Amino acid sequence: MTQHPTSTYFKDNAHRALQNPQLQKALGNSRKGFIERRAQAAARLPEFEALRDSARDIKNHVLAHLDLYLETYEQNVIASGGHVHYARTSEEASQIIIDLCKERGARSVTKGKSMVSEEINLNAALEKAGIKPIETDLGEYIIQLRKETPSHIIAPAIHLNKEQVEADFRKAHQHLSPERDLSQAPQLLQEARAILRQQFLAADVGITGANFLIAETGSSVIVTNEGNGDLTQIFPKTHIVIASIEKLVPTLEDASQLLRVLARSATGQDMSVYTTLSTGPRRSADPDGPQDYHVILLDNGRSSMLGGEFNDMLRCIRCGACMNHCPVYHAVGGHAYGWVYPGPMGSVLTPSLIGIEKSAPLPNASTFCGRCEEACPVRIPLPKLMRHWREREFERHLTPAVARSGLAFWAIFAKRPRLYRLCTSIAMRLMALAAGEKGLFTSLPFAKGWTQQRDLPAPQGRTFQEQWQKVRGNQ
Amino acid sequence: MSSARSEILANIRRSLGVNGLESPRKLEVQSRLSQKPRGLIPSRGAGEVEAQLNIFKREAEIVSAHVHILDSLNQAPAEIARLMKSHDLPMALRLGADQRLNGLDWSQAGLALSFGPSKGDDQAAFSHAFAGIAETGTLALLSGPDNPTSLNFLPDVHFVALAQNDLVSDLETVWVRLRKLNGDHHLPRTINLITGPSRSADIEQTLLLGAHGPRHLHILIYRH
Ligand code: SF4
Repeated sequence: MTQHPTSTYFKDNAHRALQNPQLQKALGNSRKGFIERRAQAAARLPEFEALRDSARDIKNHVLAHLDLYLETYEQNVIASGGHVHYARTSEEASQIIIDLCKERGARSVTKGKSMVSEEINLNAALEKAGIKPIETDLGEYIIQLRKETPSHIIAPAIHLNKEQVEADFRKAHQHLSPERDLSQAPQLLQEARAILRQQFLAADVGITGANFLIAETGSSVIVTNEGNGDLTQIFPKTHIVIASIEKLVPTLEDASQLLRVLARSATGQDMSVYTTLSTGPRRSADPDGPQDYHVILLDNGRSSMLGGEFNDMLRCIRCGACMNHCPVYHAVGGHAYGWVYPGPMGSVLTPSLIGIEKSAPLPNASTFCGRCEEACPVRIPLPKLMRHWREREFERHLTPAVARSGLAFWAIFAKRPRLYRLCTSIAMRLMALAAGEKGLFTSLPFAKGWTQQRDLPAPQGRTFQEQWQKVRGNQ
Repeated sequence: MSSARSEILANIRRSLGVNGLESPRKLEVQSRLSQKPRGLIPSRGAGEVEAQLNIFKREAEIVSAHVHILDSLNQAPAEIARLMKSHDLPMALRLGADQRLNGLDWSQAGLALSFGPSKGDDQAAFSHAFAGIAETGTLALLSGPDNPTSLNFLPDVHFVALAQNDLVSDLETVWVRLRKLNGDHHLPRTINLITGPSRSADIEQTLLLGAHGPRHLHILIYRH
């Protein structure tokens, strides 16, 4: 089963998020850090902007030839002793993984961080089949204990404070002394490390995602900082990779170009700590590594996005920069978006994957400030793609009645420029008077949703058109 | 072939408006796969040998690795013993089957050596890198009996030997060297590109070293 979406309730979700002091505190921890670190990393590398072009071009090339690269990739996985499975839907992907686990008599599986596994809701499917999934990325481990979903694609527990994590660990690790000190982050990390170490060694199957799949060599690539994705694939007998079809890149050289923009855009690192290429099962002389290597290639609606309006979204390398730079995400956090992928990339991708009728508010969850596109390493025109969804949504009459009547009202003026100028210039002068000396509205009728969180600067008494006339007249 | 496979490929082709048999498309893909264009390589890692060594050291230290420069690999046992004492570690070290390391004179180091993959209870291990990448201070390690992958992740402290000759400017040069060594289609099961010790910032965005992998990474670059 695909994760159950609550995206249609974005407005209520967002409202609750804004009223949640714990969440607001946690979001406050991260707002600036990501932006500053990315800016520093970009500034340290003179070639960064040109590398973004290169990354965009590689992804465009792959998408235009995806069928051929998939075939090449498959041949090379098989040549190195691995297996490739195709899944049209979430259900098919989960079923393939469950079958592989059952054939091997697996009772527990360790998992590296994978957004695609969230997309297909793999953990729920495994549990239903009697197989215990253990998330090993620290953030994923924490939210698994809390039965939550990630609120950020690279920092899944970013919505939590350490006091919450401490309470979760005390509840989950009851075999440890209740007297122990867990007040600081290093102690929490140490405890998770010790507990997960046992799980790595005991698991029957290890499941990871993939940041890239390399057609030339049949390799899957993961990028992590903790090393959990590696421990997940070294010890179990079987390594299963779950990845979506657009993760393909042609060559090792192409992967290298993309790696240069991935970590810088994500965390502001030049390289993540561990970049790992896995090719097939262990070789006959190898003393460690999995004996069995399987890749599940998930479509789940992506093949239909190719060549169309939302083709560009398939360039996404899941770095998270768009949400790190998004004022809406900063205000409400990831859960408000109601499905697996939050922030600007989610607002475009979610409607493509689960349908606009289940996610209609998302393309509107934007101020159209354009910072997401400015930060996106593969230059996805996110605001434009959100606009496409809004147009479609309008055509399909999914736009709420208030917005529709507002637009109809606007159309009366838009078609009558003289009437428009007259009304606006009267309104501007009235508003300037009403706002008083500060020039700010602290509350406005019909716009509480805006003024509850911030003041609205009042117009300065002249319309743009009037000022423009004046400026032009002066020249 | 499964129906999912044929359906996905057919849907991709329908969306792209192709049938998969067009020779210009096939040629373009084949030429990219055979020519492997290098793209844009940042100039940061470039330079003559000594300059590259300094770039590597600087970049590795930025990411909290420790870099030690030795005249000869023969100095490694004494250097490792010294570092282990400074970490207050039990004097035991695990190695793979790499003769460059096992063949050293360990008799004076006061270390109990063990060999082969780690089972999770080793505090320190010693590996030999295939290459070092100056651009980002990254080590490239290859799986196999010589340097089992588990040694890169399980111990608390990881020592890695790197020959100065194996320093390269960028990642792309590593691929060229690997292809020369193994031919086009023979990567080892695992290639680990390691840039500093393990870390996590998952709790309140506070950066902490030693998440699941090593807390300390010591790189021993030797000139001869
Ligand atoms: S849309 Fe761009 S910025 Fe956002 S996650 Fe994807 S690649 Fe990163």
